[in-house]
Formats: sequence, C-alpha cells, structure tokens
Amino acid sequence: MSALSLLYAVLFYFATAVLVLGLARKIRQYARTPAPLKIALTPAPVTPAGVPWRLAREVVFFESLFRSSKWTWLFGWLFHAALLLVILRHVRYFQEPVWLVITLIQPFGTYAGFAMVVGLAGLWARRFLVDRVRYISTPSDHLMLALLIAIGLTGLGMRFVRHTDIVAVKAYMLGLMRFDIQPLPTDPVLLLHLGLVALLMIVFPISKLLHAPGLFFSPTRNMADNPREARHVAAWASALDK
Amino acid sequence: MATAAFDTPKLKEYPVIPLIQVGATSHLKPFVASEAIQKNLGFPGELVEDWQAKAIAKMGDLLGKYRSLQVYMDACVHCGACADKCHYFLGTKDPKNMPVARQDLLRQVYRRYFTFAGKYFPWLVGAKDLTKEVLDDWYSYYYQCSECRRCSVFCPYGIDTAEVTMAAREIMDSIGMGQKYSNEIIGKVHRIGNNLGIPGPALQDTLEGLEEDTKDETGVDVRFPLDVKGAEVLLVTPSADFFSEPHVDSLIGYAKVFHAAGVSWTLSAKASEAGNFGMFIGNYEQLRKIALRIREAALELGVKRIVVGECGHAWRVAYSFWNTLVGIGAGGKDPFAIELQNQLDHRYKQPMHICEFTYDLIQRGALSFDKEKNDSRIITFHDSCNVARASRMGDFAGGQFVIPREIIKAVANNFHDMAPETIFESTFCCGGGGGLLTDDLLELRVKGALPRMEALKNVVDEHNVNFMATICAICKAQFTKVLPQYGFDMSMVGGVHQLVSKAIRLGDK
Ligand code: SF4
Ligand code: SF4
Repeated sequence: MSALSLLYAVLFYFATAVLVLGLARKIRQYARTPAPLKIALTPAPVTPAGVPWRLAREVVFFESLFRSSKWTWLFGWLFHAALLLVILRHVRYFQEPVWLVITLIQPFGTYAGFAMVVGLAGLWARRFLVDRVRYISTPSDHLMLALLIAIGLTGLGMRFVRHTDIVAVKAYMLGLMRFDIQPLPTDPVLLLHLGLVALLMIVFPISKLLHAPGLFFSPTRNMADNPREARHVAAWASALDK
Repeated sequence: MATAAFDTPKLKEYPVIPLIQVGATSHLKPFVASEAIQKNLGFPGELVEDWQAKAIAKMGDLLGKYRSLQVYMDACVHCGACADKCHYFLGTKDPKNMPVARQDLLRQVYRRYFTFAGKYFPWLVGAKDLTKEVLDDWYSYYYQCSECRRCSVFCPYGIDTAEVTMAAREIMDSIGMGQKYSNEIIGKVHRIGNNLGIPGPALQDTLEGLEEDTKDETGVDVRFPLDVKGAEVLLVTPSADFFSEPHVDSLIGYAKVFHAAGVSWTLSAKASEAGNFGMFIGNYEQLRKIALRIREAALELGVKRIVVGECGHAWRVAYSFWNTLVGIGAGGKDPFAIELQNQLDHRYKQPMHICEFTYDLIQRGALSFDKEKNDSRIITFHDSCNVARASRMGDFAGGQFVIPREIIKAVANNFHDMAPETIFESTFCCGGGGGLLTDDLLELRVKGALPRMEALKNVVDEHNVNFMATICAICKAQFTKVLPQYGFDMSMVGGVHQLVSKAIRLGDK
C-alpha cells in the first residue's frame, strides 16, 4: 500500500465523518429549535397531509424558483437533475454486483456530466452578467461553483480524454468500505477529481449547501395552514402562560 | 420635521427591474424611540454601553427560539431569485432593499459569530464584525421592509425576510435602539386600549355620532354598541375605523351587516383595537400581551363569537397567532383556553373575519343588495399582504382571495382584477405596512408603492377603474396619502364593507 493510497483513504474517512456528523448535528439543531408561531406561507396546504406533497413539488420541480426566475430555474434544475444522475452512475464504484438500474443509467449519467457543467456555467454566468446577482455574490459563491465545475470537468476528462484505470478505482473504493486499503492509481486527473470531491463533502455542512436539509425544515414551507383548528404552542412560549 | 424633497418615480407601462444604485436610500431611517417610549415597553431607553455583546447574545437567544431564523440564516444560496421581488427595491433601486441583501445584513453577523466559516474565513463568506456601521445599516434597512413576505413566496426555500426583519428589530429594541412610531403605538395600546390612543368616552361619542349619521342617511336605527354584555359578537377592528376616512365607511358597513342579519354585537373599550404592532417589532411577549386584551374582553362581555374588522396584519395575528398566543381557536388545553372555549360557539370559526361573516350571510341569502347603487364605481381589489400571504379565510385554500372578491361582486356590478402577477399571493405591498406608516418614511412609502401604482394604472387605462377596494387599515391610510403623488384621486381607495354599506338593504325601512 502506497503512502498516496493511505493519504486518500484518510482523506475520505475524514470527509465522510465531517459530512455525516456535521449534517446530523445541523439536522438535530433544526429539529430541536422550536417554531413558536404558525407562519405557513400561501399557497399552503390546509391539512398536515398536504405538506409532503408541497415539499415534494419544491424538491423535484423547484416550483417556487420556476415562478420567480426562469433562467435560474433552468440552469439550477438542470444542474441538480444531472448531478443526481451522475451520483447514481457513480454508485457502481461502490457495489459488486451492480444493481440493474445503475447499469441501465450509465449512458445517461455520462451525458448528465455535460448537462451538469452547462447548468453550473449558466448559474455562474448570472453572477457576472446580472448586476443584482453580482452585488450579492460572495467569494464563496464563486468558489462553490468553481469547485463543482472542476469536479465535473475532471470527471468528464477521465471519461473522454484521459481514461483512468476504473477497475483499480473500483477496487480501491470497495476496499475503503471494508477498511482494506487497495492501491489507488496515481493518475493526476483522478487524484484531483477525488480530492475535490472530498473537499466538497467537507464544506457541505458548513456552507450554503445546507439549503438541502434546510428546505425540509423551513417553517414557511412545511407548516399546514390550520391555526384555527389545531393549537400550536412551543414549549418556551407556553411557559409564559404559567 | 419636514422630510427632504424627493422625486416620485414615473409610472412605466411595463414593470422594469431597475439597475442597482448603491446607497440610494441609505439616508432613510425612521425616528428613534425616546427613552420614555422605550422604557414603557421594558426596553432600554438608549443604546446600551456594551450593545455589541448584548446584540450578539440576543441573536444567539433568538436563533435558539426560532427555527425559522436558524434555518434561514443557513439556507440561502444567494441565487437572487428574490432580488427583484421586493417593492422597495423596485421603487428605490437600493440593492440593500433586495430581500437577500436585507437578510445578509443580519447573516453577515451571524456568520461571523456563529459559524465555522465566518469565524475563520470571514472574507470568503462575507462575514462581518458587528460594528456601529453595520448597526446603522440594520436600522436603515430593517425599517425599509414591510414584512410583506412577497419575497418568500418566490424563494426556493421559502426564506421569509419578514422573520429576519422581525428578529433584527427585536435585537435592536433589546439594546435600546427602537423605532419611535411602532413602539409609541404599542405603548398607547397598553395605556389606552388602542393604537390611536382614543379614550373610552371619546369612542362612545364617536359611535353615537355615527348612529346619528347613519340614521340621517338611511332613516334606520343602526346601532354602534360599546361594552354591551351578553352580545353575540365581539367586533375587534382597527381604531382607524373610528376616525379616519375612508375607514369609517367600512365600520358603518359592518354595523349595517349586523343590523340586517339581526345579530347582536358590541365593541369593547378595553380591546377597541385589532392591530397588534407587537408583530412588527417581532416581540413575542408584546404580541401576546396585546392579544390578551381581546381574550379578557371576550370573557368579560360573555360573547359567543369574535369577529375581526378590515385590517391586514390584525387578521394575520388573529387568524394565525391568537390560538397560539391566547387560545382563541380550537384545540387549546390550558385552563384559560378551556374557559374561553366553553364560552365561544364552535359552530362558527373562531376568530372570524368580517368578510367571512358577511360572505356566509350572502351565501345563505340572508342579505339583499341594490347593486346598482355602486354603479358609478368600476372596482378593482388590492390584496393586502398579511391577508394574502399569511392568513386565510373560509375553509378552503385561497379563501382569502375568493371571499372578498365574491362580496364585491355581490354588491357591485363592475369589477376588474389587476394583472395576475400583482394580485393573490403575488400581491404588491401598499408600501406602508410593517410599521412604516409614518411621515418620517414618506419617501420610502411613495417609492415602495410604485409597483402597485403601475398595476393600478394599467386597469385605470384599460378598464376605467376608479375605485380600489381593500381590507386593510394600513393600505387605506397609505394609499390615501400616496395616490395623489402619482396623480390619482385619493378617494379612489376604500374598504370592501364601504361598498357593502352602499348597497345593502336594511330590511325594516
Ligand atoms: S418581506 Fe416584503 S418588504 Fe421585506 S424584503 Fe421581502 S418583499 Fe421586501
Ligand atoms: S431566493 Fe431565497 S435562496 Fe435565493 S437569494 Fe433569495 S433568499 Fe436566498
């Protein structure tokens, strides 16, 4: 086992721990923070049963974004949908045997790689071209897009320009999951790709990528509009009644 | 003090998203509350010595108490989808009036003191120390938000700038930097019972005057009762309805509806105000204390139903918060809530909006109208933010849009809606909500009204609309002031029950 294989193994264990523990901590924080008042936002479902449907429309179709900004929606949705396909495509590196769906998805996943980069490029262009969006952009907003584009381009590079030894990569990943470190190919594009992915995992729980869990905890979106029918009281607020 | 001169924006045929003008309204800030006003509410009288540490501690406290704030501080991706949705940005061009930038004023401090990235890499994520400069920005721009929630309808995560604004105002109050207008009004509610500071005897006088006027107009004895024990309905309405034009015409309308339906009702001197400015300053304790007066009045008078008049944020507080705050509504299990529940009649929604009340009667055929009495009017309807986006009516989704329009159509022949992207949940704020209805912010109010004025102009040009009905006291007060600035007649605005009042038949004539 080379030092490099070991280094990347440590990096991935570390990144996974940060991602999982960091997200768990945040989710626990969101779940434990009370929502003292009913602040459902129109158009809200009038029963709790309608809430999952509303959230699903936001998650799957980006409904509100579609209403607000067609270009952002187009690029944003394209990027997220493509990312999902790409991630599913990568599942094959972590399985033996590979599920049938994952096998069937492979060709789409390849094109999705391009779609992902196009979507990201579109989002990035807005940050330069639209004066309002330029004003609100911070360096981290740019860097996040740069990071994702770099991940996409290095991935595409290995698929179309300089093939890497994916059999060895797969053996390495399977080994990682069994705590049995295998040799990692020393292909620089691969190393860059993997390093950036680990970086993404690490920044996830401390960045705006928290919009992913945040969406589910947004009271304006996950509350039912039924305040006259069901009393809603948070613990710290009801203490005032005493 | 007179406000400095400013130009009223020109009305354009099509709405245009302006290019940003950095600092365009940084000079706008409302008067700061005096020591006496602050102390009345239990806030420090002036900016406290260690305000920076206190403000950060307060922020931490609020982050732990409000999931909304905690999630919204983290979740924004700076996509800019909300940026062009705020009427104040559209009207002032100041980029800090873009909802995301407004949130960022608080978020930059949140990041600096509460997040890993902001503590170690502040420049990367735009984190900033809480300096006096930042505090001044807070005071300017959190008082340039009417908490109308239009932006949150369009945000992919429902990030509600109103919640952020409320938190910021709460923090500023807690360190002694309060807004004169809102806090003075809250003091009046506690001392006198209503926002305008009208004492009981004056109220009694006014109501007697209204009885005489209505008798002269209709020949019928329509009552305007105050503090009548055992009445069926307690009406709680904005105090502007007692004194201001055109508000009072709606009050006369409610009285006529009660009269025609044969329902006994009363106002309460103790709870003569439906408005609850506790919401505007984001203070839960004030919100609750102001709401408590209603429960006490209802219990004392022994009423069976509580009905709320034409006031936008009052209806939000009543519909969405009263049940939580004081148990007006179903499902409460603490002793006070149970006592009230036992008294109220649960065949009816509690609380009920006056439009729901009137609409119910119309549905049951209990009212009749001479619609042609409103024929001189070509009417449009302005959805008020707090009704449109933050509360509801009836028992179906979207009732708050349907019910007032159905009432208008039942009492008048000519109705045209404004453009679809400017009504319903996409409605534009009048520009004066959220505690900004004060002359020290007139420039903001005029500029913030621009998108609504443009939509209005379109129906004026296309359909000859000459009346804009609305169900919010603040909208009415704001529009009467702002319409002339845009070349419209101030009498173009009025209440839905003003139209009802005109057309209703009072049986016993
Ligand atoms: S709540 Fe309304 S006023 Fe405040 S930022 Fe959003 S759109 Fe603007
Ligand atoms: S739409 Fe929402 S996520 Fe996008 S910039 Fe505005 S507040 Fe942030």
